[in-house]
Parts: sequence; C-alpha cells; structure tokens
Amino acid sequence: MLLLRRRLIGAIPVLLIVVVGTFLLLEAAPGDAVDAYVGMTGGDAGLIAELRQTWGLDQPALARLAAYLWSLAHLDLGYSVTFSRPIRDVILERLPNTLLLMGSATALSFGAGSLLGIVAGARPGSFRDRFLSIGSLALYAVPGFWLGLVLTVLFSVQLRWFPSSGIETIASGKAGVSRALDIAQHLVLPVAALGIIYLALYLRVMRAGMAEIWRMDFVLAARAKGISRRRIVWRHVARNALLPLVTMLGLQSAAMLGGSVVIESVFSIPGLGRLAQEAVGSRDTPLLLGIILVSAVLVILINLVVDMLYAVLDPRVGASEESA
Amino acid sequence: MSDSKISRRGVLAGSAFLLASTALPSTLWAQAPKRGGRLIVASDSEPRNLNPAIVASNGVFFIASKVIEPLAEASFDGKDGLEPRLALSWEGSEDGRSVTFKLRENVTWHDGKPFTSADVAFSALQVWKPLQNLGRVVFKDLEAVDTPDAHTAVFHFSKPTPFQLIRNALPALTSVVAKHIYEGSDIAENPANTALVGTGPFKLAEHKAGEYYRLERNDKYWGEGEPHLDEIVYRVLPDRAAAAGALEAEEIHLAAFSAVPLADLARISKVPGIEVVTKGYEGLTYQLVVEINHRRKELADLKVRQAIAHAIDKDFVVKTVFLGYAAPATGPVPQNDKQFYTKDVPAYEFDPAKANALLDEAGYKRDADGTRFKLKLLPAPYFNETKQFGDYLRQALAAIGIDAQIVNNDAAAHQKAVYTDHDFDLAVAPPVFRGDPAISTTILVQSGIPDGVPFSNQGGYKNAEIDALIEMASETIDAEARTALYREFQKKVVEDLPLINVAEWSFITVARDTVKNVSNNPRWAVSNWADTYLET
Repeated sequence: MLLLRRRLIGAIPVLLIVVVGTFLLLEAAPGDAVDAYVGMTGGDAGLIAELRQTWGLDQPALARLAAYLWSLAHLDLGYSVTFSRPIRDVILERLPNTLLLMGSATALSFGAGSLLGIVAGARPGSFRDRFLSIGSLALYAVPGFWLGLVLTVLFSVQLRWFPSSGIETIASGKAGVSRALDIAQHLVLPVAALGIIYLALYLRVMRAGMAEIWRMDFVLAARAKGISRRRIVWRHVARNALLPLVTMLGLQSAAMLGGSVVIESVFSIPGLGRLAQEAVGSRDTPLLLGIILVSAVLVILINLVVDMLYAVLDPRVGASEESA
Repeated sequence: MSDSKISRRGVLAGSAFLLASTALPSTLWAQAPKRGGRLIVASDSEPRNLNPAIVASNGVFFIASKVIEPLAEASFDGKDGLEPRLALSWEGSEDGRSVTFKLRENVTWHDGKPFTSADVAFSALQVWKPLQNLGRVVFKDLEAVDTPDAHTAVFHFSKPTPFQLIRNALPALTSVVAKHIYEGSDIAENPANTALVGTGPFKLAEHKAGEYYRLERNDKYWGEGEPHLDEIVYRVLPDRAAAAGALEAEEIHLAAFSAVPLADLARISKVPGIEVVTKGYEGLTYQLVVEINHRRKELADLKVRQAIAHAIDKDFVVKTVFLGYAAPATGPVPQNDKQFYTKDVPAYEFDPAKANALLDEAGYKRDADGTRFKLKLLPAPYFNETKQFGDYLRQALAAIGIDAQIVNNDAAAHQKAVYTDHDFDLAVAPPVFRGDPAISTTILVQSGIPDGVPFSNQGGYKNAEIDALIEMASETIDAEARTALYREFQKKVVEDLPLINVAEWSFITVARDTVKNVSNNPRWAVSNWADTYLET
C-alpha cells in the first residue's frame, strides 16, 4: 500500500514537532518534578538536591531533550519518576480503558448522531428537524463534567441503576463474561456523558448534508420515478450524505481524546486522559511526552483508517492519492 | 433535594431510617465488635513512595499506617498523649543523650520473620535519620543505637536532645521497616517502598494503579482478636464530587481528610445512614498562615504587618471560608495543643480603622485612587480553603488601601515561586502542627534555611532573639523549661509577626454509620484501624 507507507513516513516529522513542542511548553511551566514532589511531602535542602540529581533534573534542558530523543529513537519511552516504573508499562495499562471509553462514545455519538441526523434531514425545516437541531446544540453547549455529575446524581445516587465511578467493581475477582458485563455497566454513564456531547456534531453534519442533497437532480429523478419517500431518504439521500460524516469521525477522534480527560476524572476511570492530567501536575515531562506521542500516533492511525475507508466509499479519492 | 431523598428511601428501603435511629444508642453502649467485612474508603492520591519511614506525610500514612507501625501512637487519654505500638515503654536519660525503648515481643513481620531491636536500630540510623523528610531534622544528632537484647533499643545522641521532642515525634516519625528487606539495597529505590512489608494489622495485598489499594487482614497480628476487618479497600477517587456521590450511593463507607467538600456537609449530614465526624484529627492540625516576604521594604516595617493583621477578620474567615469547621488562631501553636499553647500573646483584633492609622503612621499614604501600594499575593493551591482565603485577603487588604494582585499557580509552580524563587510578597500557606514546635513549626520563622525548602521561612525574615530561643529550646532537656521557652517563642512571634496565623482547622470524616470505632484517637485517619469494625 503506497498510501499507507507515504502516510507513515509523513507522520514522523509531525511526531517530532509534537514532542519538541510539548517539551518546550513544559519547560516553560514553572517548577519541575522535584518541586511538585516536595510540595506534597516536604523535605530539606539536601533531600531536594539529591532528588534532582537522581531524577536527572540537574541537567540542562537541551541535554535532557537530546537524551529523550535519543532513547525515543531506540523506541524507548523512558522511565517515569512519579510512578517509579517504565513509561511504556504505565501507558499500556491505561490505554485499553481510554480506547474502550473513546470507542464506545464514538460509536454512540456517530450512530445516534447520524440516525437523528437522518430523522432531522428527512424533512428539513420541519418541527422534528428544528427540535432535534436545537436540542443537540443545547447538549453540545453543556460542559462535560457537569453532564457527568448530573448523570451520576440521577442514575447512581437517586435511582442506583449504575455505579457512580470506576471502570469495574473493585477487587471483585470477576472474570470472563461476568467481568465484561461488569465493565459495560460501569461504562454506561461515562460513555453517555462523553457521547451525548459529541452527538450534535454528527447530527448537524448529517442534516446539513441531507438538506443539500435533497436539492440535487437525481433526487428529483427518483421522485419522478415514483420511489417511496422512505426509500429515497435511506437509499439515496442519507447514503450520499454519509461521506462527510466519515471525515468527521477522523477529526473528532482528537477532540474526543481531549474530552476524555474530564470524563475520566469525574468517573474515576484510570485512563490516558487522567494520566495526562496527573503528569502535568507532577511535572513528569517524559510521561506526558509519552502520552502525547501515543495519542498522536492513535489520531494519525485513526485518520489513516478513515482515509482508506473513504477511498473505498468514494473511488475518486483513492485514485487521486495513487496518482499524486 | 434531601427531602425527596428521605421520602424515596422511606419507600424503597424503609428500614434504613430505623437502622439509623437504632445506631444512635448503640454507640453509647459498648458492644462486642463484629469480626469480618470489607471496609471501602475513598482515597484521593496514590503516593509515588508509600514507605512511611521515608515519607512522613498524611497522604502516605493514610494507607501505609495500617501496614507499617510506629513505636507509639497518639492517644486521647494515654500518658503524655501516647499509647504503645511497637514499643511498650520509652525513657529518656537525665543528660538527654540517650533514650531507651522496650519493644513488644512476639511480633512478626508479614513475611514471617521476627521483629527485633535490630529492625528499630536499622530504621533509625539508615532510614529516619538520613532519608526521612522530618527525621532528617529531629534525628540529626542520633549517633548510634545499641541493642543489648532483641527487645531493647537504646538511642544515643551526640548532642543533648530533648526527650519531650522525641516523645512527641513518636507517632509520625518512627515507622519501623524490616532490616532484612532493606539491608544492603538502595533504600530510597527499594521495591518494598511500594510493596510494603510491615508488622501492622493489615497486609498490602494489591495495588491497581488509578483504581484501588487492597489491604488484607494480618492473621498473625499481635493485638489480641485484632484486626476486626477482613479487608480495607482504598478506592482512588480524584474528583471530590465523586467521593460524596459514592458515599450516598453506598459504594464506599468512609471518606476521610475532608474528601467531601465542606460545602456539601450540610446536605450530606441529612442523608440517613451517613454521619459527619469532626473528631480524630487533633494530632494533625493544619494552620492557615499568611507568609510574608520581608525583602519587600513595606513589609519589613512592623507597622505594616500589624496593619495587615488588624485588617483580617478571623471570625469571618472561620465562618465563611471554613463554614465554622475551624478556630481562629492566636499564634504559631494551635489552641488544641495541650503541652505548648499559650494564650498570653498580643492580640490583633479586627479593626480596619486602626490598620489604616498604622499605615498612615508608617508613611504609606493613599494615592489618588486610594491605593497605598501594590502586592503580589500567592495562595497555596493545595486546599479550596487556602484559595478562598486568598480571595478574602485581597478584599480585606483593599479596604486598607493595599492592592493585592492574586497569582494562582498549581502545586509545582507555587512551590518554586514561593520557596525557591521568593517571587511573592504575601503567600497563603497551610503548614501542619505535628505535636511539637521543633518538628515543623519553628522552621517557619527561623533564619538561615537554604532556598527551596518547602514550608519553611523563605521570606527572608531574621530575628536574632527568636533564633536564639529556637536554638536554646532545641537543647533544653527539661520539659518544663523547654515548654516555657516555646511559650516565650509564641509571644515573640506574635509580637514581631514574621507571619500571620489566621485560623486552625482539622479535617472532617464522613462515614456510613455502620462503621464503628471511627475517630477514637487524635490521629485516627492515619492510625492502624485495628479496632475498626463494620456492623451489618
């Protein structure tokens, strides 16, 4: 696959810029990992100097960046001083939770968003359309943490249908199907909180696309042929409006990763977002770089898949990439 | 909202209310503790190093104190406010150069090896003295530890060291670790610092990062019939609203260290089956302090500092910032300390007119805008209350013509700005009083402390008289004479105002009423919970 190879090679400078940029940003933030640590525990001057030395923070910034890039070139993400563990392990432990949360929330917002978009776009300008469009925008305007808290108060504290936080029942010893069900139950509220917010975007794009397509000649032709309205909506209009939605899917994956920081904190889910927040708080530069690198790779991969999907859905795109 | 809750629960679980009402008399009347059960508590952090012998901090103790025990624990009614743990008795020599500990017999480590005086000697010389954040100060003159037999440890100091100080330091500074685990290794990086091995009533069974710690009953614990619980699970809940929600949803039993925000207490205390407990933190009093940078010419003037003290309405702060869960402070030692506190210090009553007069006298006239001078104010980010007090202080200072600009930082940036770069004029800090002024209080005003040391005098304050008092108290062996010196110290500090003590507060525990023996010692949240039990 030419496309695949070209994209992967093209990603390297992007990743390099991400790493150097993040490093410089964190350098500009006042305080280092030792400041963050002794600010929590206290300690005297000797202890502080010793820590700075063992954690390598007495080296100049450029030397640390060079050392980091050097180990990165050997595919080593380094060692986290706040966790006292290799960064690769820390990230790999949290990655599945975030993927599960993001994947489910994306499926929810994409699925429900496009369905509702079809409902709204079936009759642009109708009451249904107005209601859905305004309702979804209202949801989009809601802050994620607030929605999360409201869902918790309602469904965990009052109704007790779902657990209020966590990724699974703690120390339950469950395995197999019962564990999967347990995790699914824990994910309902966070996925709903995250998914509902991003649903509006898909709904809006779907609806706008459909409104556009209604005006096209082939729709008129289909109508003239006497095809039922339901068939026109599903087979002709919605299908053509779906293409831009797939593009959105790629773009939204990055936004979703940002939204998960908040949701993971509110619902105490040990994922990458919360890890990133902790890494900033404790000024664990290599850990944050590792998280950002993994997230960047993730976003690049998702967009690659989306582009390939696009090429399948619309042969013109594939052809232009191949010939370029 | 609480009304609807009661009616809902009245319908769904009619017995809950009955249960709550029967629980009231049962606390008055001694009941046989129930054996078994899993206690689930909220925890807001996962310390990088969980070894209390190295990191003597409440975040670590909260979990580790159940696994690794100190020589003695704080007590409401024990002699000198202590009760024995790994040591049965302690005695200081006349000359202040040695302390003899008789140790508990038939105690085993969680890995089955016996606990002996060699462990105490090793912990003291290899861990507390060189590595521990607080021990590096208190045990700095510890020279040798003799172990005449397996259950006696004699500490020898190169300089006379007050026995009173050692005694007061026992609960927080003397967590004993196993020599056979740490000997010959890099102690600071030993894997046992997270996979703890101790003598305590519980063993650390499992830690799932970001989710929970699970402690298991130690069947070979020395306490007869203890512990009562089978398991303690610490659920990591970084979001404060989550802790209150989880308590109400009955997913956790207990949230200590004010994990439930003060603003939620009024509401949650009305929920049937939930109790708000304010006891059990007497040995961990936090102090709300205004730190002053004396390098700033205006603040080097005593009259200006007095004016600031007169501008602060301490009662208002207690009522609005702490919602009543605090007490106004009179000086650098909190009122609930039984040994050292004196109320015989100058008082700075709330009096903005007097404050304005003092500033006029000092020569700082108001300009056209009514401003005398500008200040940079850095509230510590660790607690909601320190941040809210920062907002209050800004307004209080505005009333006397001082324009304070608030600079908000996160923990790492605050630490660097205040304690390393001294880039502040006023800062709001929450230091902890640890039962003896020499442990973490005198350092707040003493001169000659290197840059970068957190919670210390980084305001450039120097007062030879106060330094001399601190020095003298550090080598005064007689407890009475030493106490008198610290009373003098309090008076001098309040007179000269190197910093301004505003309020003293402790934490709040919110627990389901099925958890028994909560808050039965002055350091309850960070003690071993061997006698805690769950009623079903």
